[in-house]
Amino acid sequence: MASPSLMDTLFQRSLDDIIKGFRHQQSSTESIFISRVIEEIRREIKSTDLQTKSTALQKLTYLNSIHFIDMSWASFHAIECISSPTFSHKKIGYLAISQSFSESTPVILLISNQLRKDLKSGNEFEVSLALDCLSRIGTVDLCRDLASEVFILMSSSKVFIRKKAIGVVLRLFEKYPDAVRVCFKKLVESLEGSDSPIVSAVVGVFCELAAKDPRSYLPLAPEFYRILVDSKNNWVLIKVLKIFVKLAPLEPRLAKRLVEPICDHMRKTGAKSLVFECIRTVVTSFSEYESAMKLAAAKIREFLMEDDPNLKYLGLHVISIMAPKHLWAVLENKDVVIQSLSDEDPNIKLESLRLVMAMASESNLVETCRVLVNYALKSDPDFCNEILGSILSTCCQNVYEVIIDFDWYVSLLGEMSRIPNCKKGEEIGNQLIDIGMRVKDVRPELVRIARDLLIDPALLGNPFLHRLLSAAAWVCGEYVEFSRNPVELMEALLQPRTSLLPSSIRTVYMQSAFKILIFCIHSYFLQKEDMASEVSHLASKRECSESSGLATDKALVQSDQDEGFNPRDSNQSYEYPSVVDTGDGQTSTSTFMEKKSTMHESIVNVLNLMELVLSPLSGSLDVEIQERACNVLGFIELVQQEFSNPLIRKEANLDREEEIASRVVEWLHDGFSEELGPVSVTAQDRVPIPDELVLKENLTDLEAICGGVELPAPVSLTSPYYGQSAVFSVSNLQAEEDSEPSTESSSLLTEHRKRHELYYLPSEKNKILANDYPPANDPSSGINTNDATEDLVKLADQSLVSKRKPNHAKPRPVVVKLEEGEAAPVVSKKPELKDDLLSGAIHDILLGNEAKAASSQSNPSDKSSSKRKGKAKHVDLPDSKENLAVGEQPNHENPSSRRGKHRGDGKQKSKKSQGKKNGDGREDDGEKERQKIRDHHGRHKSRQRADAPIKVVPQTPDIPDYLL
Amino acid sequence: MIKAVLVINTQGKPRLTKFYDILVLIDPIAYENFLPFSSQRRQTVEKQQELLRSVFGVLCSRADNVSNFVEADSIFGPDSRLVYKHYATLYFAIVFDSSENELAMLDLIQVFVETLDKCFRNVSELDMVFNYSKLHNILDGIIFGGQVMETSSAEIIRAVEEISKLEAASNSISLVPKTVSGWRSR
Repeated sequence: MASPSLMDTLFQRSLDDIIKGFRHQQSSTESIFISRVIEEIRREIKSTDLQTKSTALQKLTYLNSIHFIDMSWASFHAIECISSPTFSHKKIGYLAISQSFSESTPVILLISNQLRKDLKSGNEFEVSLALDCLSRIGTVDLCRDLASEVFILMSSSKVFIRKKAIGVVLRLFEKYPDAVRVCFKKLVESLEGSDSPIVSAVVGVFCELAAKDPRSYLPLAPEFYRILVDSKNNWVLIKVLKIFVKLAPLEPRLAKRLVEPICDHMRKTGAKSLVFECIRTVVTSFSEYESAMKLAAAKIREFLMEDDPNLKYLGLHVISIMAPKHLWAVLENKDVVIQSLSDEDPNIKLESLRLVMAMASESNLVETCRVLVNYALKSDPDFCNEILGSILSTCCQNVYEVIIDFDWYVSLLGEMSRIPNCKKGEEIGNQLIDIGMRVKDVRPELVRIARDLLIDPALLGNPFLHRLLSAAAWVCGEYVEFSRNPVELMEALLQPRTSLLPSSIRTVYMQSAFKILIFCIHSYFLQKEDMASEVSHLASKRECSESSGLATDKALVQSDQDEGFNPRDSNQSYEYPSVVDTGDGQTSTSTFMEKKSTMHESIVNVLNLMELVLSPLSGSLDVEIQERACNVLGFIELVQQEFSNPLIRKEANLDREEEIASRVVEWLHDGFSEELGPVSVTAQDRVPIPDELVLKENLTDLEAICGGVELPAPVSLTSPYYGQSAVFSVSNLQAEEDSEPSTESSSLLTEHRKRHELYYLPSEKNKILANDYPPANDPSSGINTNDATEDLVKLADQSLVSKRKPNHAKPRPVVVKLEEGEAAPVVSKKPELKDDLLSGAIHDILLGNEAKAASSQSNPSDKSSSKRKGKAKHVDLPDSKENLAVGEQPNHENPSSRRGKHRGDGKQKSKKSQGKKNGDGREDDGEKERQKIRDHHGRHKSRQRADAPIKVVPQTPDIPDYLL
Repeated sequence: MIKAVLVINTQGKPRLTKFYDILVLIDPIAYENFLPFSSQRRQTVEKQQELLRSVFGVLCSRADNVSNFVEADSIFGPDSRLVYKHYATLYFAIVFDSSENELAMLDLIQVFVETLDKCFRNVSELDMVFNYSKLHNILDGIIFGGQVMETSSAEIIRAVEEISKLEAASNSISLVPKTVSGWRSR
């Protein structure tokens, strides 16, 4: 036992030895070397000799921070090291502790005593070690135990210690809010002076505190104002500005006083960091002050003109803060902004992109997007997607507010999806569907674009675009009536390469193909009817005596059916190529027979194609695919009988079969042609829950029943498509519920709808108004767009400068919007309990406990209540004695007496109290700082205040005009 | 508040890592679920390595003449920014939140490097490698608990020197130098 220990101590390798050792290792042997060293350390660290132990610990700490070796097992050894009387051991121990301990370290409480001892040490560096440790790993318990020690150190004569003690206060407050009662006055006192390192530390602490809960620190505004005016230290000034940014929104009167000194700093200082902070402060908080904004804009301009990319970036960054309210600032600098788009710095490019999009308006959107898309083609993949993303998000703002020409926008979407690096497929897909539902007039163009996407062979292989393709497929199926060539769509949807798609998207393809099939067959039937009725019409007109029984019979049947048919379809456009308009009624029977046969042929072809493609899928392992394939195949079987042998027909049963088939087709078609509309995301909330529906019923019974049954894995529910299908799916579902809220078994229905939402019919009525709309025109692509920068400059020249009149040749189509905002309801967050405690404590101290006074008015002590009536100016000593307890523990019972004291205490009193020990002095210190604040604003203010608080509502203390 | 100070060489090897915000390191899920301490720690160590790797990934992908700011939200959580500077073979990086000024942080790196330069007389990566504990002394002199405490390099050096003296004094008390190197050098 003794001998290895002795060997260890004699031949222990130091940290330097280890580091040198590392330098001789190859990367392959490094891990072996590390494990050898750790083995060594594990042995050495058990040594009783502190020198050996601490060296081992130091090595371990090094390995932990540089080579990421776990050192949590050595926490107890670290504690042993800090208890060493030797400074170097202590230091190693503290470094190890602050690096490896956390709230959950089991032995952390063991350091409490050693910390206390070191905090009281005469050696300032030992104190500093302990403070540093506390500031990084202080837990609730440690902070509670050591608060009073830290408080003492806050008045240390050594600046070195004092500033660190102040720094620790931040941790104390965060972990143990009651520490506020002990330390806060001291902290506020430390704000005195303006340039010492102490002030720098305090301001830093207040900056952090104010970031979490600015309201509590509003009463200190005069102090901060004084520092803002007096201080010469840029670090301090920056922090003070940071504080004021937080305070300004809470107290509008602050702005008036602050603007001048801030502008002063902006003009005078040479430090860019301070200038930048001033600019940022002005543009975020004082944007209504014209002159300040002008000055800030001028300074920003200076930044933009610099060669330093940092300044340029920051300049653009603050402009983008200004942009929403002060677009002029962007326009003034548009030349730089546009140029920066081709900067080599990714930050600058990104900021300038944001600004370019901020400048986009109805009049220049087309031009801007054209240039940007061309630019995206040439830029690196990341930036390319940034560009696309910002175009998409700008254009869809406020339900496509900026877009006038939707045909153009839809074709832009198509163009964007063809950019090789495009990864925004999902977003583009969502917008395609959204626009399809909202803007009726754009549907023909939309279908055209979707068709182009579907038949493009290059897109299928790109997984980023799968969601886009699914949207395109849905659009084609839903709005197939606008298609010029449904058969072509069908072929695209059934092409063999669709096997590349994930199953969730394949099912959309299949369903869309089904919809198209229904449409084709339906229009075939309709056509036949038309022609048949025409024939009968002609026949009756000609009064053909020898008319074949065939034709008349059929015509009769057809006209019979006609009565049952929904005439709605008659206003739809038939662009089906083989369905040529029968024209003026002079068509001869023979030509229509011909047409009928070609159309017939193509439908038979389509049916065959579908059967061919879907048959193998009916055995697919994916439930969704299998189900759809089977459904469609079943339908095909039904209609195929009718089409199987068109030329040789047996009249009697033909009529029957055709009747069945055409009715089925009619139903399905009616189903599919119902309009789907957008629905507010909050629609669900407005649906009243039916009385008989108990949502929170205990389902344990059910579980007991189903216990033995293995539930099938909910494939479709977890599949990404349904999970992510954005607003539409959910909202459609909600729409349905909106209209028929009180269905029984609605939960089951809901579940089903959720899974098959695309195929459900919304019962919501069509809200889109019909609108005459000129035919789709291709976006002009005549301008050569080869040179990006040239284009950019051109962009700067024309579209951004001149407010060209928007071209209103085409009226903007109706965009369906919902009455209430579609934004998600604002969720109010509850502030954290701890912050509450902290701010509460600070409120107590800073604002003189009005709140509590108000709440406890029912049992005021006689003395204070009598005092409140008028003698606010002086206070008896007993009161302050009463308060001694308050410093130790929050005493909510006698606040009125405290308030009484607050009201009247003079300066002499607080000075007197400074001599007392902390226990006595605490309350008085608080009084002193309050008094100081009041003194700043003159006596009459304090008088006013003295009378006011009785009525004050607890949460919103009346804050006097501090700065006036 | 400053969340972390990192010094990484151009090969991606860390030379100094200091995290001031423990939340950056602890996986929130593990923390909330009261997973055993040891597994939390292990995660912390792994997380550190992962953070460092992603920071290095970002830094080395940036050209030399571009701005020194990086949006670090994706690496260090919300409200995180990173400022770095590239000196010779080293990247100096500071991670901070919105209560710090970007340019001031850039200055702080300058202060740190200047102080190092004065301490080591033309500092090089080798100095950083071999003076691990002194490096920490210097950094602790500048940043305390995530707050900037001292920005005058003269002050920092004064404190660091005193600490070194103290360490030397306490070491000389032990009569026999026990390390191999110390033993050899006699």
